[in-house]
Amino acid sequence: MDVMPKWADALLIPLISIAIAFVISAGVIVAIGEDPMAALNTMVTGALGSSYGWGYTLYYTTNFIFTGLAVSVAFHARMFNIGGEGQAMLGGVGVALVCLFIPFPHWSVALPVALIGGALFGAAWAAIPAYLQAKRGSHIVITTIMFNFIAGSLLVYLLVEVLKPPGAMDPATAKFAASTHLPTFQDMFSFGEKPAFRGAPANVTFFFALVSCFAVWLLIWRTRLGYAIRAYGHSEPAALYAGISPTRIIMIAMLISGGLSGMMAINTVMGEAERLVLNSVEGAGFIGIAVALMGRSHPLGVLLAALLFGFLYQGGAELSLWTNVPRELIVVIQALVILFTGALDNMVRMPLEKLFLLFRRKQPEPATTSPKPAE
Amino acid sequence: MSETTSNGGAASVAAPAIELKGISKAFGPVQANKDIAIRVMPGTIHGIIGENGAGKSTLMSILYGFYKADSGQIFINGKETTIPDSQAAIGAGIGMVFQHFKLVENFTVLENVVLGAEEGARLMPSLSKARKLLTELAAEYELNVDPDKKIEDIGVGMQQRVEILKALYRKAEILILDEPTGVLTPSEADHLFRILKGLKDEGKTIILITHKLREIMNVTDTVSVMRRGEMTATVKTRNTSPEELAELMVGRKVLLNVVKLPATPYAKVLEVENLRVKDDSGVERLKGVSLSVCGGEIVGIAGVAGNGQSELLEVLGGYRRAKGKVHLNGEPIDLTGRKSDGQSRREKGIAHVPEDRQREGLILDFHAWENVAFGYHNAPEYQKNRWLMDNRAIRKDTVGKMERFDVRPPIPSLTAKNFSGGNQQKIVLAREIERNPELLLVGQPTRGVDIGAIEFIHQQLVALRDRGKAILLVSVELDEIMSLADRIIVMFDGQIMGERIAGQTDERELGLLMAGVTDTGTSPLAQSPAGAMRVGNPGQGR
Repeated sequence: MDVMPKWADALLIPLISIAIAFVISAGVIVAIGEDPMAALNTMVTGALGSSYGWGYTLYYTTNFIFTGLAVSVAFHARMFNIGGEGQAMLGGVGVALVCLFIPFPHWSVALPVALIGGALFGAAWAAIPAYLQAKRGSHIVITTIMFNFIAGSLLVYLLVEVLKPPGAMDPATAKFAASTHLPTFQDMFSFGEKPAFRGAPANVTFFFALVSCFAVWLLIWRTRLGYAIRAYGHSEPAALYAGISPTRIIMIAMLISGGLSGMMAINTVMGEAERLVLNSVEGAGFIGIAVALMGRSHPLGVLLAALLFGFLYQGGAELSLWTNVPRELIVVIQALVILFTGALDNMVRMPLEKLFLLFRRKQPEPATTSPKPAE
Repeated sequence: MSETTSNGGAASVAAPAIELKGISKAFGPVQANKDIAIRVMPGTIHGIIGENGAGKSTLMSILYGFYKADSGQIFINGKETTIPDSQAAIGAGIGMVFQHFKLVENFTVLENVVLGAEEGARLMPSLSKARKLLTELAAEYELNVDPDKKIEDIGVGMQQRVEILKALYRKAEILILDEPTGVLTPSEADHLFRILKGLKDEGKTIILITHKLREIMNVTDTVSVMRRGEMTATVKTRNTSPEELAELMVGRKVLLNVVKLPATPYAKVLEVENLRVKDDSGVERLKGVSLSVCGGEIVGIAGVAGNGQSELLEVLGGYRRAKGKVHLNGEPIDLTGRKSDGQSRREKGIAHVPEDRQREGLILDFHAWENVAFGYHNAPEYQKNRWLMDNRAIRKDTVGKMERFDVRPPIPSLTAKNFSGGNQQKIVLAREIERNPELLLVGQPTRGVDIGAIEFIHQQLVALRDRGKAILLVSVELDEIMSLADRIIVMFDGQIMGERIAGQTDERELGLLMAGVTDTGTSPLAQSPAGAMRVGNPGQGR
């Protein structure tokens, strides 16, 4: 039998991890002479207390859903794709090219084409490390992280030398045409006098992110391809035995992963900035790793973890705005959450498993009637 | 519980070499050892027998200081002793030969013997002392090894002798051997048993852990039987029989021999011609193998592990490239191109029960029902529509398969790793056999499987044969080959050493072939009737 019930594994461990991270964060805030309760209050009201706050939280959440799903899909094929950052940058280039050079009559036409553009560029950027892994055995972790740097430099080159409009001073493309502007939550949900989500960047992409969660769930748990991806991820020798081609699975999983990272650019480049700037990804590619780890590579878990990190991002920004807690400390808090949910998983898991065992042994042992326990 | 009769007059005064009292050990909810009591008299060979998971290895690990018992006492030569680690065990005179040898591959025999027991900072004195001892021991007990050969250059039989020498070099008086014959040919095993008897005559105490009843009957003085963590009986070997021991191990009467009618072979289903395989490092693993399997017969491939049998199965199963020709029912099988994968093989009607079910045959973290679709996940009956799989249909199919193959517990949603070895194997067999394949490839069908399940698995294979299907069986258990196969092919060093009709050969003859002794054809047994007799590459052996 598994030591712990599923719900404990999926919910209890992350919750305890977050709680520990928050407690230590509170200690850090106390140490610099601030009031942790006030800080928490600022974060909660700033991120969740108004439609404006929600507008930002959900904007960040959207980014993290895409990058989190990207890491998850690759993870199911036991590929640790940490190149989400670079793939999202290239996705941004794809989206920008589509928006700059194709005259769209309406955003609803522009969105699907831009999606394909972003996904294609992101997937193409993931394809090279995937090919090197599948055919040459170059480790995907090394190649994808290297490709982040290459993507960064490539983006600088493109923005400074190629895509910058003549005469402009900052490394960015021209503003996209108004017909490609995506409707924000403000456009969609403001009824009557008072506008909701005023000025917040959350836009229609959020709903597309939710659809992506469902699509990834279908792919992984309901299709033959997903079955093959999971089988390969669990055991390569078994996959070979079953006639599942490792090369094919590595390529496909990484292409999907890169595509998902690339789609993130819809939210940042097309939805928010409405032009391609240098740091449009803002580390979301790396947060995606934490989101996937915390979400146990399950789309629902990714969604929840993305919400948490969206809250941390927005709440952190508010915190540095309204209190004396410096901006760097927000990063410390985020890092603590990542540390405890991702890296120190076993620290919580082991004692919890022991606790469950203790609890189970107290119950009358059904071993005499039940079948023999596993060896 | 334990019979305490002594071993002759001389030993009756001596305290037992090892006495365990009330040893218990639990891993989480699993009680691996429950109140174990055992007495091992000095100067005897004491067998411990039991199924996988019965707790034999746990008990020995406690004795060797790898685990700490939850409760209980250990007495060595009558003195109560605590064994917190393996150093303490060595200090108490206990030596252990593990199933998987713990040798440094690129060290010489001598360096391995001394490793961990060097005296002082300089290596030379220890080495020359060890060399002297090795020469003495070699003469005394047939423990002949070449002290300057590297481990990677010597055979498994000699590697095992190095392990024994390591223990003796550390002045072990009590030697524990865990499944020592798993990797040996019958003659190597006989050699080992001669060594053990010699050591026993010198007054050493030997504990032999095994699941092979024949070995217990041949070499031990006393035998203890374990079942589900308990010591169920300790008896004098000469007062018992294999049937009684099997019953004690399983807890019910067991049929040790396969009941089957003579085979009625039909047309040739599988024809293999001149198959050659190189492994990843370029070493030729199959050196021109030719064989055929007819419908309605079981052809057994005998041989010590690592002589090309695995590669043969992998080639036929579609996941190793090879040169040569393979035909199934007269149709050529692709060995190198796009159609040389497991999916194409399954479409042709080749099913495969792989040698290592945990590594290849199952995804241990998948549910049982997901494993039932494994390899057949593209089968039309498992699809809901063009895009989605029909998980409900797979689960329903699993319920039926579990019932027909007596998988326990019959819970489709249980994760594969939570089934016992025998039940895992039944899941694989149910999946492969119920496809009603033209050819079934079976590797080590009963490795790590409890005796009760072995009986069932053999029955299923014979039933498939009787439905007119061809079965190619690879097993390192010679007993299994001899009782299950209709024809026996012996492989050595990637070649076929000879072929015999089951029932017209014996273990000694097969053992010689397995050791690479070239088939001279002079044995009267080799002159069997019918053209079914082919001898692969006579005269090309080493």
